[in-house]
Amino acid sequence: MSVEPAATAAAAVNLAGVGKTFAARGRGSATEALTGVDLTIAPGEFVSLIGPSGCGKSTLLRIVADLVEPTVGEVLVNGKPARRARLDQDYGIAFQQSGLLEWRTVRGNVELPLGLHGADKRERRSRADELLALVGLEEFADHRPSQLSGGMQQRVAIARALARRPALLLKDEPFGALDEMTRERMQSELIRICAETSAAVLFVTHSIPEAVYLSNRVVVMSARPGRITDIVDVAIGERDEDVREADAFFGAITEVREALRGRRVA
Amino acid sequence: MTLRWPTSSAPALRRAAMIALAVVLLALLWEGYKLVFPEDGVHIGDSLVLPRSDDASMPHLKEIVSVFGQDEVSGSAGSSTVFSSVVSAVWYSLRLAAAGFAVGVAVGFLLAVAMQRARIVERALLPYVVLSQTVPLIALAPLVYGWSGNLTLFGADWQPWMSVSLISAYLAFFPVAIGALRGLESPPPVQTELLSCYAASWWQTLVRLRLPSSVPYLVPALKLAAAAAVIGAIVAEISTGLPGGIGRLIISYAQQATGDPAKVYAPIAGAAVMGLFAVGVVSLLDVGLRRYQTPEGVS
Repeated sequence: MSVEPAATAAAAVNLAGVGKTFAARGRGSATEALTGVDLTIAPGEFVSLIGPSGCGKSTLLRIVADLVEPTVGEVLVNGKPARRARLDQDYGIAFQQSGLLEWRTVRGNVELPLGLHGADKRERRSRADELLALVGLEEFADHRPSQLSGGMQQRVAIARALARRPALLLKDEPFGALDEMTRERMQSELIRICAETSAAVLFVTHSIPEAVYLSNRVVVMSARPGRITDIVDVAIGERDEDVREADAFFGAITEVREALRGRRVA
Repeated sequence: MTLRWPTSSAPALRRAAMIALAVVLLALLWEGYKLVFPEDGVHIGDSLVLPRSDDASMPHLKEIVSVFGQDEVSGSAGSSTVFSSVVSAVWYSLRLAAAGFAVGVAVGFLLAVAMQRARIVERALLPYVVLSQTVPLIALAPLVYGWSGNLTLFGADWQPWMSVSLISAYLAFFPVAIGALRGLESPPPVQTELLSCYAASWWQTLVRLRLPSSVPYLVPALKLAAAAAVIGAIVAEISTGLPGGIGRLIISYAQQATGDPAKVYAPIAGAAVMGLFAVGVVSLLDVGLRRYQTPEGVS
């Protein structure tokens, strides 16, 4: 996989000098959530954001998603301003909570983003079935979300995020609420799904092994004010289960950990 | 108020049994009181602390039941029975209450949507919505009743029954406005943000997310509104004196109380059944909307 930021304007994400200050509320003073963020994500590239709580990694993802407006800086998604990209639905998104609509079936939930913008019924259905097969839930298409385990609900959320074949996936700690075993299985599945869809991914996580296992690059952030302090290139070859026990994997984990403590020697 | 539609017949039977038991207990309490306490009530010093139990104050239940079979005007052949008078009065009042309910639900719901749409509308309106319920209904009734003959709406003259329905709507809109507002605001941020990531319009968000999410709040609110509409109609009938309904019948039978004490209770029983019927009909919504009642387990 190519990890070089593409020189063309069609980078999946291009952030230049992005900063966000939350205005003071009541007696509190204004908070500088992010400052001076420059980051480019190439098409098909998997980039993780990692850092302590309050380092602004979720805020950064929400700025890319146009859920939060940056105070300064420029945000381009697929070469378009973030708002345009949101309105064109250039990205798919998944949060820690699956946010599934309980009154819809699993299939109905995957169809939701398709139904909002005029896809006809047959088209929606066939796309939803295709996606449910991709995440291995075709048998559960007519179930209610509450009948599914937490891991399965997350898989539905991933299928839903892929519905419009986005070139970019935004994921805000999607596996944060899952147990360790489920989590590792979901990570392997995500790698497979990304390979099949060739979407770029911006992935927010608290977990160092998760970031290393999934990513081409790990972006390390620190708090007060939130900023990028380091970017670790991960070169550990093919992601199979053996990788988790390979020296290169632990080497990369150490590298990210040192970077988080601000002691990394490049 | 949690009136849930039973999912199988066993709980339904148990519920029916509980209701029957409650009625029997109430009857036993009534007759037991008459049996135990003195006819002129219990006094401490000069003040009456427990009501009289003589036959004029608390007629025997079988008297009350038998009243339904009597002629309304005793001794005059061809007069209708008390039962048929009560039934037709209930039917009349029920229609006024239904009109009030429909208007109240529509107004309450539109208010809730407007308040959800714009925070500034909520801040501007909500205090008045709450304030509206602190005005005593009795004070409004004569005012609204005065409209008939003086007001023309869309080419039609304001009818006296419209005043009653309007007062009924005035009581019914409140629970709907509050319940629907809470319901429309109930989706968690993750869901509203998802819809905004899908570039969904306000209308799409309302129809696909907020409306379905509001059902668990809306159905109990509609039940309260149904009960309120019935009470509003009866109170309005009494305070405006509109003939034909159960409210007027309560007044006119009460005036005959000295001669026939049991007769007072016939329209009161009718009014109680009327309220139960209205809430029961609205409870049918639970069946139709069951899939929108949120079960546990989705995050």
